[in-house]
Amino acid sequence: MNEVWIIAEQRAGRLMNVSLELLNKANELASALKVKSGVVLLGDGIRQMADELASYADRVYLVDSPELRFYQGLSYTDLVTGLIAEHEPDIVLTGSTPIGQDLAPRIAARLRTGLTAHCADLYIKYDGDKPLLAQVVPGWGGNMLLEITCPRKRPQMATVSPGMMPRCESREHKGEVISIQPEIASDARIETLEMFEESTPEKPLEDAEIVVAGGWGLASSGFSLVRELAEVLGGAVAGTRPAVDSGWLEKQKMVGQSGITIRPRLFISVGASGAPQFTIGFTGAKVVMAIDQNRNAPIFETADIGLVGDAGKIVPCLITALKNSTLCR
Amino acid sequence: MPVNIIVCVKQVPHPEHFSRITFDPARQAIRREGIPTVINPLDLNAVEEALRLRDRFTGKVTVISMGPPGARAVLEGALAMGADAAVLLSDKSFAGADSLATAYCLSCGIKKIPFDLVLCGKESIDSGTGQVAPQVAEFLGIPHATSVSEITVGGEDTLILKQVLERGYMKVRVRMPAVLAVTGEINQPRLPTIMTIMGAKEKPLEVWGASRIEADPDRLGLSGSPTQVTGMRQREIKRRREVLRGGPEEIAREAVERLQELLKA
Repeated sequence: MNEVWIIAEQRAGRLMNVSLELLNKANELASALKVKSGVVLLGDGIRQMADELASYADRVYLVDSPELRFYQGLSYTDLVTGLIAEHEPDIVLTGSTPIGQDLAPRIAARLRTGLTAHCADLYIKYDGDKPLLAQVVPGWGGNMLLEITCPRKRPQMATVSPGMMPRCESREHKGEVISIQPEIASDARIETLEMFEESTPEKPLEDAEIVVAGGWGLASSGFSLVRELAEVLGGAVAGTRPAVDSGWLEKQKMVGQSGITIRPRLFISVGASGAPQFTIGFTGAKVVMAIDQNRNAPIFETADIGLVGDAGKIVPCLITALKNSTLCR
Repeated sequence: MPVNIIVCVKQVPHPEHFSRITFDPARQAIRREGIPTVINPLDLNAVEEALRLRDRFTGKVTVISMGPPGARAVLEGALAMGADAAVLLSDKSFAGADSLATAYCLSCGIKKIPFDLVLCGKESIDSGTGQVAPQVAEFLGIPHATSVSEITVGGEDTLILKQVLERGYMKVRVRMPAVLAVTGEINQPRLPTIMTIMGAKEKPLEVWGASRIEADPDRLGLSGSPTQVTGMRQREIKRRREVLRGGPEEIAREAVERLQELLKA
């Protein structure tokens, strides 16, 4: 058996959280298979990041070059497929991020191997004595879970949504950094000229301990209820697709299949009926509370505590009750 | 400068009926009888963008789909929006394809049509992998870009793209031919009118099988798919499901007490 790899992702020298989430899973799989975990890290001026990653993994394959300052689709594909061909890892994991989803399918096609997207879970199962990576993917809006394997081709490749899995915390590895200096042929057919990222002073939604999300059911009582409740709890504001489509909040704050996946300590849903495309975004939350008018709404099946009634009446009462509780800071 | 564009489209179950799709564990099969189908929503944006580019530069828009004979319906819809021709890749040997085998099949069909640009929706709403566009590009040996929210012309055969990131975007220059997968933000798809629907009936819609596209049979359908579905289940949700009923003040107080207990644990 060979190594379990992740393709790490960094932006302007900042490691993306999803890389540590992938690494946690990769270490788990590697230890189940009794093999080494490896990280592929590409970028410019990232030697220090590679050293840091080595405390979380057995090996870090580093390509550090000014040519790789921005994500360059074809160069990245060449470099990563080259490394895979040389080291033949058994498993390669990538984040389901815009860049991960641009890169991983092309690599899989070049290697003519299988790739699954947005995995909710990954584990080793045995076909006789042959270990296979079982890849659990949501289908049809998250209503169904499919278990997929790639029995013959290698590597077995999967992408995982950011926020779907817990981050790697133990820094017990003393991994080696393997620095590679290949010829990087820039490809004139496609070139990333610039990358723009908003630097928001706000903490990203993925890092919030408490999240309050609003849905279409707030059309009459107003989305401000969600903001007030979030403020009292010191939490972050989020929403469903209909809430975003109605312009009540920015797209970056959409939770669910086409938005982001979060695992806060407390998730409160207000005025959302509970479409699977939405509820799949917070399956990892510790506690879920839901408020909705319709007592038959599926949201109550995905909640620990459900409150049936008019959000316009319930939320102000909740705020009062919270202010008298230990939950409020 | 005429630009010939191929748009890849997919027939999907109507998203409003996804909750009616259930799994029959005894037969290990999906139950989707009687569920209406539609063109994948983001593919409408791809068709719209192709029509806009054609109207600016002249050229021809061909829509292509791999699917069962019934998938004609989505191609007819795209012709009614204004596409010029349609090709349905349909053959028993295409069935059971994963994204790699689907992309291979589409790339074989695309090679039979002159093109400068291939447009796709960013992802399908049913499986949502978003993998087919980059894989088609790889099999065609041309560059690709995903999550494209803006296409502008940057010269003779060059396009400038805006590719969406989590909290920002990338500016990318690409030389045609290329494959681009577009987001919903790129445009507002037009609706067909009675006139365009009638006109669409006159437009060519061909059905091509495996031999017509000269595809390697070992790379098609289930046998050409490296991935296999080995199990399926309805998503289980492990939550307490304690529903509180009563006056707002009463249930709010009760909820906060329960929250304190649950969060402490």
